[in-house]
Amino acid sequence: MMASRALALAAMENGLSVRTSEVIGMAQREGAVTSHVRMGHDLSGAIIPDREADFLLGLELSETVRALPKLKPEGSVIAATSTIIPVSVHLGLAEYNQEALMDYLKKYTGKLSFLALDDLVRRAGHPKTGNVVMLGALATFPGLPFSREQLLTSLLKYVPEKLKAINIRAFEIGCKTMEGA
Amino acid sequence: MSARKLLMGNEAIAYGAAEAGVKVACAYPGTPSSEVLETLAALSGAKGFYAEWSVNEKVALETAIGASYAGLRALAAMKQVGLNVAADPLMSLAYIGVDGGLVLVVADDPGPHSSQTEQDTRKFARFAKLPVLDPATPEEAFEMTGYAFELSESLGLPVILRPTTRTCHACQDIDLSRAVRPPHRQHSHFEKGSDKVIFPSLSARRHPWLNERQEIAGEKFEDSVFNNLIIAHNSKLGIIACGTGYNYVREALQLTGINASVLKIGTPYPLPGKPVLELFNHAERILVVEEQEPVVEEQVISLAWRNKSSAVICGKHDRLVPREGELNVDQVKSIISKFSFGEAVADNNKATQPPVLPLRTPVLCAGCPHRASFYIFKKAARGTDAVFSGDIGCYTLGAMPPLNAMDACLCMGASITIASGLYRAEPHRRQVAFLGDSTFFHTGVPGLINAVYNQADITLVILDNSTTAMTGYQPHPGTGRTAMGTSAKKIELAGLIKACGVEMVREVDPYDLQEAGKAASEAMNYPGPAVVIMKRICVNLAKKGLSSQINPEKCVDCGSCIEEFGCPAIGRKNGRPEILKNCTGCGVCAQICPAGAIEEVVKEDYES
Repeated sequence: MMASRALALAAMENGLSVRTSEVIGMAQREGAVTSHVRMGHDLSGAIIPDREADFLLGLELSETVRALPKLKPEGSVIAATSTIIPVSVHLGLAEYNQEALMDYLKKYTGKLSFLALDDLVRRAGHPKTGNVVMLGALATFPGLPFSREQLLTSLLKYVPEKLKAINIRAFEIGCKTMEGA
Repeated sequence: MSARKLLMGNEAIAYGAAEAGVKVACAYPGTPSSEVLETLAALSGAKGFYAEWSVNEKVALETAIGASYAGLRALAAMKQVGLNVAADPLMSLAYIGVDGGLVLVVADDPGPHSSQTEQDTRKFARFAKLPVLDPATPEEAFEMTGYAFELSESLGLPVILRPTTRTCHACQDIDLSRAVRPPHRQHSHFEKGSDKVIFPSLSARRHPWLNERQEIAGEKFEDSVFNNLIIAHNSKLGIIACGTGYNYVREALQLTGINASVLKIGTPYPLPGKPVLELFNHAERILVVEEQEPVVEEQVISLAWRNKSSAVICGKHDRLVPREGELNVDQVKSIISKFSFGEAVADNNKATQPPVLPLRTPVLCAGCPHRASFYIFKKAARGTDAVFSGDIGCYTLGAMPPLNAMDACLCMGASITIASGLYRAEPHRRQVAFLGDSTFFHTGVPGLINAVYNQADITLVILDNSTTAMTGYQPHPGTGRTAMGTSAKKIELAGLIKACGVEMVREVDPYDLQEAGKAASEAMNYPGPAVVIMKRICVNLAKKGLSSQINPEKCVDCGSCIEEFGCPAIGRKNGRPEILKNCTGCGVCAQICPAGAIEEVVKEDYES
């Protein structure tokens, strides 16, 4: 949610209108949480229709695949290879096939970057910086309505003082990983 | 300097109320409404008004009514099912009316995402004969809030503001300079003798007044900025869209290129006649798009009939628009295509079939004390065929596998009373009721008193995690803190329960399986009502630092930690149980493990 607000704020400060949609409530108890962010002029609702999203940032592999119908055919995906295996799988009520999910993403998305997010977050030094690493990765893409610095500045407005350094590091790790890729 | 601010819909409502000079704000938390009062509480100090978490929605509304009777602007906020609890004061208040503007924010949850029902508050407003506003966006919610106070004062009625989840939890850049300024009159004095004592004779006198208000409100809405008609001169199609439905219609028209006159409605009840009649003059066929119930549609059909309009009206009655669930742009695109061309436009971009995706239903958090409480009672009830009645909160998730520890759950506070009713039907069967601390204060207490008074032999388990967790960790009377951050008298559960007449009360720590298990068995075997308070702070508010790990040399791979306990911090690696990084170190699984293979360790530190 912090990531979606940071994106919205960065766009807003460049004169664009914004809409975000957050999932709050029961889904936050180990369920899937999705945020939509829209920026531009003459916007309607906050929910992105199917095949209209330019970017998909997926912090969990199966959830990235679940959200894929929202992506434009020419859209870009930054997908963490991280998995969160739900209890239903351990109980044998569902299956989680990591390889099949990765193959599917490779086959059906044109612009795909996988990030070994667990490792990157470890390097950043705080377990909750996955979203910030993803924002750093996103910031390297061309065509965004804000600069890398503007996104980082917006992000830091939502971060308490003592966690700023760690978040800057996480953001930079995201940028560098993407540029090195 | 621009006054634009990025706000969530619920925050926008709070800002709108604060700018309009609200003086008393009360709420009971419930998704998707909770952030309204959270934001108001945060603003209360700087803006100089009062905000409280009330024990339930009826209490919240009645407190707001008292403030309004004394001339102040007041607000009560709740979710749609909360309005059921507050229905009693609301229905009567319509007859009495208000002094200071009173705005009732009721958040609807079509879907539903986090609710028991998909009830439509616009329909409730019509039933209560009260005007209702339906914001399409956070910005509109902000503007409507200020307007709602003015409207309330000019009509002398409470006004309902009814956002839905997609307005409550959407963020938008909002121009705060467009706030409605408060009135000069903000006196607080209750005038005696001003017809505030509801008697049948007064109600009989007031009912015609209330009915007349409906007409006045409808007339006021005829020129409201929240309703907007855009005529497409070269089209005979018209679309009426209400609330968030308008966003979907607007975007669907852009995406399909279909040309139609559009009437946006922000004031669904009483529906203003003028713009609808004007649309009748331009459109031969009219589609009404709104989520949930056909509130606008039925009024449009009635207007058409009364005005002998020949317009064909489509919507829910001919099943073009669904009456259940949320709408979205894709769905509205296909509805509008069908309306315009008689059939939905074929979708040539069918997505490829993805691999099987894992079911990811919500479950209790890793280390949640409720999981231990359910595990304890399932063990204590083994072989007894006991019925477990549950309640509303995080712990409703006790119904999920592998715990499967809930047989019935209906509404706030009903665990105790349904268990009492089941006891009447099957006096020899054990009845166990589970509810949380906040829910107990909300509507549990009368049910418990009833069980004692009428001698229902039930066991009540209060899952006391010292917060209202599901809705975002709000304080309640057992926490010793108020919404505004001041300290308060802490209501002790055990003392309260004893005062209700319960003789067998035990307070135990659910992380201690042995002690808590003993209390559970004792309570279930006790003749007469018995209460076990499972006291342990919500794991999300507790300090972490420990973790558990499985000693592979001791683990016998019996699977009980996974199959009986189901903690999301226990997974499998190469088929064998392993503890994952989200472990909180509660240590309960170590007590379950028959092989003693689970050990406590200090949590591995991240590199610094």
